[in-house]
Amino acid sequence: MKRLLDAAEPDAFRRRLLLLMIAAVTAFVLLAARLLYLQLVLGEEYLRLSLNNSIRLQPIDAPRGRILDRGGEVLAENRPSFDVSFTPRDAQDPERVARELARRLDLPEEEVVGRIRPLRGLAAFRPVLLQPDIGRDALAAVEVRKVDMPGVSVQVRLRRQYPLGPLAGHVVGHIGEVSAEELKSGAWPLARGGDFIGKTGIERACEPYLRGEAGGRQVEVNASGQVMRVLQTVSPRPGRNVILTLDSRLQRRAEELLEQVAGAAVAVHPATGEILALASSPGFDPNAFVGRVRAEQWEAWMQHPHRPLENKALQGEYPPGSTFKIVTALAALEEKAIDEATTFDCEGFLPFAGRDYRCWKKEGHGRVDVRRALTESCDVFFYRAGLRLGIERLAWYAKAMGLGSRTGIDLENEARGLIPSAAWKKRRFGVPWQEGETLSVAIGQGYVLATPLQMAMLTAAVADGGVRRRPQLVRRVETAEGEVVWEAAPAELGRLPVGARALTIVRQGLWGAVNGERGTARRAALPDVEIAGKTGTSQVVGRREGADEVLPLHLRPHAWFVCYAPYHAPQIAVAVVVENGEHGSSAAGPIARELVKTWLRQEPGGGKAAAGLAALAAGAGPPKP
Amino acid sequence: MLDRRLIHHFDWEILLLVFALGGIGLASVYSAVTADPPPAPYRGLFAKQILWCAIGLPVMAAAVVFPYRHLDRLAYPVYLGCLLLLIAVILFGKFAGGSRRWLVLGPLHLQPSELFKVAVVVVLARYYSRLPAGRALGFRDLLRPIALTAAPCGLIALQPDLGTACLIALVAATLTLFAGVAWRTLLAGAGALAGLLPVGWSLLKEYQRQRILTFLNPDQDPLGAGYHVIQSKIAIGSGLLTGKGYLQGTQNALSFLPEEHTDFIFSVLAEEWGALGSLAVLALFLLLILWGGSVAYRSRDPFGVFLAVGLTALIGWQVVINVGMTMGLLPVVGVPLPLISYGGSSTVAVAICIGLLLNVSMRRVLFE
Repeated sequence: MKRLLDAAEPDAFRRRLLLLMIAAVTAFVLLAARLLYLQLVLGEEYLRLSLNNSIRLQPIDAPRGRILDRGGEVLAENRPSFDVSFTPRDAQDPERVARELARRLDLPEEEVVGRIRPLRGLAAFRPVLLQPDIGRDALAAVEVRKVDMPGVSVQVRLRRQYPLGPLAGHVVGHIGEVSAEELKSGAWPLARGGDFIGKTGIERACEPYLRGEAGGRQVEVNASGQVMRVLQTVSPRPGRNVILTLDSRLQRRAEELLEQVAGAAVAVHPATGEILALASSPGFDPNAFVGRVRAEQWEAWMQHPHRPLENKALQGEYPPGSTFKIVTALAALEEKAIDEATTFDCEGFLPFAGRDYRCWKKEGHGRVDVRRALTESCDVFFYRAGLRLGIERLAWYAKAMGLGSRTGIDLENEARGLIPSAAWKKRRFGVPWQEGETLSVAIGQGYVLATPLQMAMLTAAVADGGVRRRPQLVRRVETAEGEVVWEAAPAELGRLPVGARALTIVRQGLWGAVNGERGTARRAALPDVEIAGKTGTSQVVGRREGADEVLPLHLRPHAWFVCYAPYHAPQIAVAVVVENGEHGSSAAGPIARELVKTWLRQEPGGGKAAAGLAALAAGAGPPKP
Repeated sequence: MLDRRLIHHFDWEILLLVFALGGIGLASVYSAVTADPPPAPYRGLFAKQILWCAIGLPVMAAAVVFPYRHLDRLAYPVYLGCLLLLIAVILFGKFAGGSRRWLVLGPLHLQPSELFKVAVVVVLARYYSRLPAGRALGFRDLLRPIALTAAPCGLIALQPDLGTACLIALVAATLTLFAGVAWRTLLAGAGALAGLLPVGWSLLKEYQRQRILTFLNPDQDPLGAGYHVIQSKIAIGSGLLTGKGYLQGTQNALSFLPEEHTDFIFSVLAEEWGALGSLAVLALFLLLILWGGSVAYRSRDPFGVFLAVGLTALIGWQVVINVGMTMGLLPVVGVPLPLISYGGSSTVAVAICIGLLLNVSMRRVLFE
């Protein structure tokens, strides 16, 4: 194994070894030369700098990226705020400075003195924040007398501002001080203690883009802390601007329409999956999170019966009620459990397993086919269709259409909803599935849960010829100078697992619901635009015998409406839920109708949206029938 | 076990030199950690550093007495063991200061990348010492060393600890050049590297580049690096010829220096001891490195030669990178100054390096 170096080798090795040693000596000579240059040539200057202890590091904030709607309206931006700081080491007589400062700021003297006192022992060179965000008047007063107040400095910091207040608050989200756990987790590698980071919504999802890189200056200060010389400046890199798919006009309309109720509305552009509006009511003003949230405010949010901080559009799970009949109809047609000519007789109820399963219409619908069943929302028809399908096939189709799983929107805490199956029930409750439960599922009751966003995406897929897309909230990301760094591309998730014929039949049924003589959603109709839609009423408590009794408000059913328009060339799909709104046709339908109207009609200020629409249509190709 | 010839050939002067540097190191660490204004968060580290030295001494002794030819056989097991530790760091490592470098084993915080430096040298020494002598290395010969180096460098860069990854690459490159690479291979390799980098770079999107830049520069504070360097330069420069005196460094005392007990310990030393002191320390290091070269020069055993060259390169590069960084000649990367900086794993790793060098030097007689 061992061999001695043969005769030829040592010379080559030794030559190379010599070269390495020469390289080492050269490197050390360079180090020594640099050392002597620093210590003997520049030494006096460095000694002066070190004796004065006069180098200060002043951070320069990077402006956080702005958040804009699709038309360029600003949803989140920054404003300058003037923060008064105090550098203990620079003040000769902190107490006197504190009193002087208190006069200028119009604050109680004792308070300011009290804040400065604990700092006195520190030989700190870092400024300590005394009073954040003083007004411009106070700023003038402080700046004028700064010479008399050594150690006091005013920093211009940037504060987040949401100029439209609560508008789209759930989508835009809010920022907050980074917590110790978040720092430890390593999920925010660029954040440092005291930094503000996005906590919810787009502020959180786009944090890596929105966040800039702070810069700073090294300055030389004199004995009282005045800047004498700037030694080095590193410019901050501003954060990227995030342009959303939201249309602020449509969003505003949605929030207005939901103002008096608790609920949510989602509007989607079917050909791209772009979210045009995503409203949840009641809302909140993200400005309240800038700085620190006041305890009363927090308490008010937590006590509010309708949970303002919750984004009901994607965190609220509701039984989809009759809107789920779209799924049942598509599944039954595709599985040939029924065809377009199949009729069932509705007498107002279906006796099954020793119980009467009621239709919402006591008198019954008579003989109905699938189109009429959708138009008039006949429960008995779907009970029978559901029985023919069975729970397993029905559940498979519902899941394949995107229910029961997250849509993948860029916002946190999205709920999955729930599509029950026999196996699920066995696992969850340990008891076997009852046939009768299939009836409930077929009309979207029982264990079925869906979010408004899921139903909006499903409706958009029906509108767009069966193409399922991922909902998009961000259109593009730009640098402060306008260079595009990221651009959304429509993300196709797949197709609804049904043929074109089944889709057409269901679409015709949905058209009838709004435009037909006996449609359940006639109140959602517009005179000049053909809307196709489906109402839904989801029970909060089981439907009882005396169905006409007036229930207390919080037990009234939730009202649903999903629709798309125009029927032949869909430009918008909408889902609306009104909590305890009772009837889909009266509570949710008109809201959806107004949103369709707002989006499609050239109302004052609508040119922007229409232009956006034209661009969309051009980019997405001819609308599918 | 140790016959008299070995003891006779032991380099007592070098042991003295190492103790001198280690003593200077302890003194500097003491100055660095005690000079902070209260509450002096690092004060306790001096006692810990004494403990590390106490651990380092027997480790060094073990590295001396153990016949180093066994290392030739153990090279791959040792290498694999260290590689597993590196993977463990990525999976379970402690996250601190923006990177994941430490394995927490009870009270011990182990930094496997420090130990890995030595393992890479050992495994490469084994590989190169077994190649047929007298032939310039071609591309095929380099495949394995490149793989052996790139894998750990990648893992270490992931932590991210770019400084250590670069250091290992530099040491491996030095050892490879020493083994003798054919000119053609060398030129082709350099050309390929120079040609591919800009092409790859230009293919990336702006935000991807940004990500890579952020990744390559783990320093959290964009101004931090520049700030550290100017403060370090002020500290060094203000030392003038004779320094401000031990424990009298103002830059150090006022916490202007970041990481003053680890990466910037040389600045503390230069401020307090001036040009005379810091030049003396540099001279001691140069002596150590020249001695390392002479160990390789005198050894008759190929494995011993490569081991000595690799270990010397490891120490030499660390000194050059660290000192160059404190004086603003090289970018700020976290590479400690051997024998001087605070640090458990690095102290033990240096002890192993020195021990093995003494070992190779002493056992040269076995081949005569």
